[in-house]
Amino acid sequence: MMTLKVNGREHQVDADPDTPLLYVLRDDIKLNAAKFGCGLGQCGSCAVIVDGTAVLSCVTPMILLEGKQVTTLEGLGSVSEPAPIQRAFIEEQAAQCGYCIPGMMMRAQALLLKNSKPTDAEIRAALEQHLCRCGTHMRILRAVRRAARLMETADAAATTNRSAQ
Amino acid sequence: MSMTRSSRLIASGIAVMLIVGGAMAFAIVWRPVIPAIDPPTPHAFDAALIKRGRDLAAIGNCNECHTVRGGKNFAGGLPVPTPFGTIYSSNITPDAETGIGQWSEAAFRRAMHDGVNRKGEHLYPTFPYDHFTHVSDEDDRALYAFLMTRQPVHAPARENQIFFPLNQRPVIAGWKLLFLRRDTYQPDAAKSAEWNRGAYLVAGLAHCGACHTPRNKLGAERVNAQFAGGDVDNWLAYALNDRSHAPVPWDADALYMYLRSGWHPDHGTARGPMAQVVSNLSSVPDSDVRAIAIYMADISGAPTPDRKREGEAALAQARSPSQASQTDLAGATIYAGACASCHETSRPLPYGGVNLALSTAVSSPDPRNLANVVLSGVSAVEGERSPIMPGFADSMNDTQMAALLNYLRARFSKQPAWTGVEKTVADARRAVTVYLQTSAGPRSAPADPTQRDKP
Repeated sequence: MMTLKVNGREHQVDADPDTPLLYVLRDDIKLNAAKFGCGLGQCGSCAVIVDGTAVLSCVTPMILLEGKQVTTLEGLGSVSEPAPIQRAFIEEQAAQCGYCIPGMMMRAQALLLKNSKPTDAEIRAALEQHLCRCGTHMRILRAVRRAARLMETADAAATTNRSAQ
Repeated sequence: MSMTRSSRLIASGIAVMLIVGGAMAFAIVWRPVIPAIDPPTPHAFDAALIKRGRDLAAIGNCNECHTVRGGKNFAGGLPVPTPFGTIYSSNITPDAETGIGQWSEAAFRRAMHDGVNRKGEHLYPTFPYDHFTHVSDEDDRALYAFLMTRQPVHAPARENQIFFPLNQRPVIAGWKLLFLRRDTYQPDAAKSAEWNRGAYLVAGLAHCGACHTPRNKLGAERVNAQFAGGDVDNWLAYALNDRSHAPVPWDADALYMYLRSGWHPDHGTARGPMAQVVSNLSSVPDSDVRAIAIYMADISGAPTPDRKREGEAALAQARSPSQASQTDLAGATIYAGACASCHETSRPLPYGGVNLALSTAVSSPDPRNLANVVLSGVSAVEGERSPIMPGFADSMNDTQMAALLNYLRARFSKQPAWTGVEKTVADARRAVTVYLQTSAGPRSAPADPTQRDKP
């Protein structure tokens, strides 16, 4: 048994230490936002935030997570109360099939936590390793820029605080 | 009386020595300005010559040093760390003010041959004229035609940060006196034309030794340790001679495939500064890459029976992986969860990972390259199919990464354990960040250059 902190809650997990975090999130804790895409760390759809930094959960074994805080998309906001990054993606209609979007959002969230006003080049560099086969890249870029603006406004402060690590 | 005469003799002797010494020093140091020209128009050059120059510039890997991330091609500005300080690459676009637009062909040839710029200043040997001096006048002409027909870019040179006294350019003349051998390549009649072509390219334009040969305290390549492995930007440029640590010995066919495609199933994928080299070599005439491979395979010598046996053992281990040892549980666990899904499947290269029993990085004398690649991964080449590996800098701390590296060493190589791995990882974390921020080059090689420009 090991303890895993996800979205501010502690979970007792019965998993081998070499189990990828993604499997534990989806199969044991039933948090399904992080997606299984390639399982090889090549597509980005499994990205979650660990201690403020985006990591690929499909190639992050549990042994690396002792004492760390994991945040998944569920931890940022909900359907009724979306976080700024989620609101921005909805308002820009940045998803088509949507499979890559949770990973994109977590990467963008990690970027905005460190850099509240990223340049276009910085956004592109951060999202470079995330694949989207539908081709909504331009909308995704717009959504990240919109999220940066939303996070600056007062009404977004509540959700921003919750997402802060 | 005799005192006066002898002191007069001494005085005149000293005077003569000073004059002769001064004249000699002057002759060694002083180089004339070559008059400025108006930048030639692109029409002044023959198209076929420009094309040949393009291929030669790719073999010379000019863009790797003369282009900085986010900057224009050949406009310079890349910081090159050396033991003597940081040297910034120069602008070699035909911009009249900040590039080489005012350079005549003679000035260009002198820079290549003698390491002297148009104004007569000695250039630092970071510009590898100790190799380029062997380039033929004909090839210099083609390179000149290529560079003078590039887009001129206004980009002033950045100030070098070199320690005294090496910041005094005349000192470089002394270095040249000691280390610059200005001989043109003499073909070896006993060898094939292909071999000789390879030898000419390797010694000259391709300047392989600039990275793969260790340097002495004064920064010159050690002539008696050719291709014994060198340092470049916190990467280890592997030994290419009989001291190679490749688990499977290289031969001409394997070298050819690796240099042409950027990967080989028995050796893995080019990365670090070598990624740019193979990316360039994937675009030059096939015969030149084959010539380089044939020459390099020949001079590194046929493997001994022992080496051959070890190579076969490594291939066997890769085909039927051994059980993980239990000596390092943390390392084994990290490997199983983070690495094995790519590196221990039947998925072939370049999209699958090389079995680490075949990896030179794991068998190498120090863990720098392995640390670099585990930290930063191998990024895809924009617009091309290419190998990818995620970096683990954000998911592992130095202790965890050291545990992983020590485990890989113990399980996949026949070499003794590394020491100081955690410090190497910490150093690599700093250095790799700088390298990735400044180097414009691709971080991996294209998997199939023939697919370029095809959807």
